[in-house]
Amino acid sequence: MTRQQLLDLYFMDARSKLIDIAAFLDRMDRGEGEPDFRLDAFRKALAELHRGEPERAKSVLMSLSDLTVEPIAKAPGKGAVGAWKMTNEK
Amino acid sequence: MRYIEPHGHMVSRVTDDYEAMVLAGCRAVCEPAFWAGYDRSGPEGFYDYFCQLTDYEPKRAAKFGLPHFTWLCINPKESEDTKLAEEVIALIPQFLDRPSVLGIGEIGLNKNTRNELKILEQHIDLAARHDQLILVHTPHLEDKHKGTRLILDALKADARIQPGRVIIDHVEEHTIQMVLDAGFWAGITLYPESKTTPARAIDMYEVYGGQRVWLNSACDWGRSDPLAVPKTAIEMRRRGHADETIDQLVFQNPIRFLGQNPRFTVR
Repeated sequence: MTRQQLLDLYFMDARSKLIDIAAFLDRMDRGEGEPDFRLDAFRKALAELHRGEPERAKSVLMSLSDLTVEPIAKAPGKGAVGAWKMTNEK
Repeated sequence: MRYIEPHGHMVSRVTDDYEAMVLAGCRAVCEPAFWAGYDRSGPEGFYDYFCQLTDYEPKRAAKFGLPHFTWLCINPKESEDTKLAEEVIALIPQFLDRPSVLGIGEIGLNKNTRNELKILEQHIDLAARHDQLILVHTPHLEDKHKGTRLILDALKADARIQPGRVIIDHVEEHTIQMVLDAGFWAGITLYPESKTTPARAIDMYEVYGGQRVWLNSACDWGRSDPLAVPKTAIEMRRRGHADETIDQLVFQNPIRFLGQNPRFTVR
């Protein structure tokens, strides 16, 4: 598809999601107390959008991922939270 | 439109979903064993679940003329308890001859622990000994990239495993390339939040190719949409893909992989 066709198809959807992210960050600013590691991880991932290559989705996902290589000793729980927090567990 | 739903947890869906899927063009649904949302108290719970998957659920689908197939395993969310997992794995062979069983799945990792990896290796061994197809679940969110690498290593370490008989499900932009490069099939899961949207799924199809790719809804008891595959087919039309291209991705590709088990037949 041409860039113009892609704009016609996806601009409103992307615009809506962009404003949702802006509103989320505003909401966080208005909130009280200290946030956990996820907000820093989110801001770091946002910086990946400025990359010039068409691999931004991959870069954002990698930015939020556990990049260690060894299996861990014990599951901390069953769920995932969407961003990785470095721990000292071996 | 015609399509296959190759990954749907129908035991947690209402009967109306079967009707909606058939109306949308679904020709077969395949149901991997998974986590119930709570830990089962013992292997007997899994025995009952495997009976449900191989007996009751095909009958429920048949009321709408929809063939129902299944995969068996203990899901990685419960494999941290290795004693329980080994007891469940020992139950599986007695179900493998049932007419709707396609293979071992969805096995894999959840939090990428040593115990999960040990049970994954036992599932791989079970599949190899019984010449079964394999359906692999890759971990969620921040654990996906690491887990996918560990899973690929475990599969490649077993010389009996043929990559063309294994599908690695829930790939995203940061994992699809390594899966396809290793010769495995890749499944793209369509979820409202935690996996892939229709637009991103089509992006991956366009960038990485669709020769060894299928789409699935993985609908279950969480936020998910049993009609996600046909909705993505509509999105492909909006992008200008030909009907034959769409049919290949949502109908012919699943048949090519699943048809490696002669039990999988679709009208």
